Amino acid sequence: MLAFIIRRLLQSILVMLAVALVSFGLFRFIGDPIHNMVGQEATAAEREQLRQDLGLNDPVPLQFARFVGNALRGEFGLSYRMARPVTDVIMERLPATLELALISGIGALALGIALGVYTALRRDGWLSQFIMSASLIGVSLPIFLIGILLIYVFAVELQVLPAFGRGETVRIGWWTTGLLTESGLKSLIMPAITLGLYQLTLIMRLVRAEMLEVLRTDYIKFARARGLSDRAVHFGHALKNTLLPVITIAGLQIGSIIAFAIVTETVFQWPGVGLLFITAIQFVDIPVMAAYLVLIALIFVVINLIVDLLYFAVDPRLRVQRSGRGH
Amino acid sequence: MKPPAHNQPAGNTPLLSVRNLRIEFPTRRGTLVAIDDVSFDIARGEVLGMVGESGAGKSLTGAAIIGLLEPPGRIAAGEVLLDGEPIHTLPAERMRKIRGRRISMIFQDPLTSLNPLYTVGRQITETILTHRDIGEAAARKRAIELLAEVGIPAPDQRVDHYPHQFSGGMRQRVVIALALCAEPELIIADEPTTALDVSVQAQIIDLLKRLCRDHHTAVMLVTHDMGVIAEAADRVAVMYAGRLAEIGPVRAVVQQPQHPYTRGLMGSIPVLGADVHRLVQIDGAMPRLNAIPPGCAFNPRCTEAFARCRS
Repeated sequence: MLAFIIRRLLQSILVMLAVALVSFGLFRFIGDPIHNMVGQEATAAEREQLRQDLGLNDPVPLQFARFVGNALRGEFGLSYRMARPVTDVIMERLPATLELALISGIGALALGIALGVYTALRRDGWLSQFIMSASLIGVSLPIFLIGILLIYVFAVELQVLPAFGRGETVRIGWWTTGLLTESGLKSLIMPAITLGLYQLTLIMRLVRAEMLEVLRTDYIKFARARGLSDRAVHFGHALKNTLLPVITIAGLQIGSIIAFAIVTETVFQWPGVGLLFITAIQFVDIPVMAAYLVLIALIFVVINLIVDLLYFAVDPRLRVQRSGRGH
Repeated sequence: MKPPAHNQPAGNTPLLSVRNLRIEFPTRRGTLVAIDDVSFDIARGEVLGMVGESGAGKSLTGAAIIGLLEPPGRIAAGEVLLDGEPIHTLPAERMRKIRGRRISMIFQDPLTSLNPLYTVGRQITETILTHRDIGEAAARKRAIELLAEVGIPAPDQRVDHYPHQFSGGMRQRVVIALALCAEPELIIADEPTTALDVSVQAQIIDLLKRLCRDHHTAVMLVTHDMGVIAEAADRVAVMYAGRLAEIGPVRAVVQQPQHPYTRGLMGSIPVLGADVHRLVQIDGAMPRLNAIPPGCAFNPRCTEAFARCRS
């Protein structure tokens, strides 16, 4: 088990280095950084001086090593557009994205599992059929359309929810939260639904398919033949086996919720890192883009690591390796 | 194709009595009759062998008795009596209390019969606690006793192991312990040795025989292995295309089979040392469920059929 964790950690470091190389490549290959920094009137000598000062004349591997070293200390330089340290800008925006992603992720997971189990157990009920048909809408409607529809209905017509922004926030240390104010919570509802709907339907359909599969297995038949109650069979035996593949998918989905909150944040003008990234692209703000890339990769790597550890916790076949076998 | 009327050893009410059982599967293209007019009894402590080809309806009969027919299959006619009481009409919750407690079932493949995520001890105690009003500690003690009884070495340690840590034969022993844990009166063993190594098969059959004798448990032993029947069963029922071809004491059926199908079946078993160049082969194949001929289902393949067999 320890060997497994160490191996996974080493793999994670490799992945991060690869991503760092791509981020570093952004600086080198999307335009000349000097050109972006100095004005039109700068002389060739001044440019060369700046190039020397910034270490841009050093060999590429050395520059990359410097980039990685800085990244490890959380330094990604100054934002071209805002002239502030990139790390500060991102940290300011991160709580908004994380809160949004977490709320919609947890909601999607909880509702998705519950509905998936329900539709699997009551396969032929009219409510199950309805939920399954409705879930097709969630799968097929593009995110921005759902967001715009929600805004039209609840913000424009009914005027019960705010159309954009995060509402009032409360500061706790460096973290700003919108979960403690009424306007903050109200503002969260529509973006969370928009962001979570697709994941919800995906998880629900996955849980349903897995559950139907598990309900057909011999150990479920045997559990019934032993007279265990439906509750014990469905929730004690079937559900736990269903969740193994769900853990993997859910982990990846939570990662992508954070990474691809961009569309939702744009539709609702949600002040998170996704919106920051979109503006960074518009203004070719390379340090911000590079830092965002590294941050998202880090989140994915961490989530994958957690998923692998969860597998160990749930599945004894991985936990106990080759002990006591062979009778 | 009627079984002899006197297939029941003399005595009082049989433990299990299946009367004119008919199982149907409604489909879009009409109703399939999977089991038609099957009747037999099992006495207390008796081992009834059930043989037949794949698809003859052996397992389906077992599933119907224990009330686990998969929809859309349903009992269309006939009855299942346990100790003289009809059980095929019981509401689901009361039938559930009979399962495991009075009638247990053992499945074919021990590798897939156990939930991989729970220790065998947990699965046994869970079953005991479902049927008995005893405490956790007592149930665990009982689980260890059961594991010892089915011949698992070091049961006090093995009780905390997961199914994947046991070999196939050992897992089937665990399955037997699970089937026995509430002291049922009848065990339906659905091909309990088919998935096992030949060397382990004999051990499992011996174990099953010994335990059922000790606990005076009746067994319905579903198999297509005549060797297992000869070894373990008191009586044998031969099924063909959802009907009972013949039922009687094992010795009688093996040595003097009455029905031509049974004769074909017995003739197709290779005998060591016998000077036979070719085994008997029954021409053709078992009819599909939607094309069962009128009269005796076997008549198109039968070399001895006469007019009455065809109507």
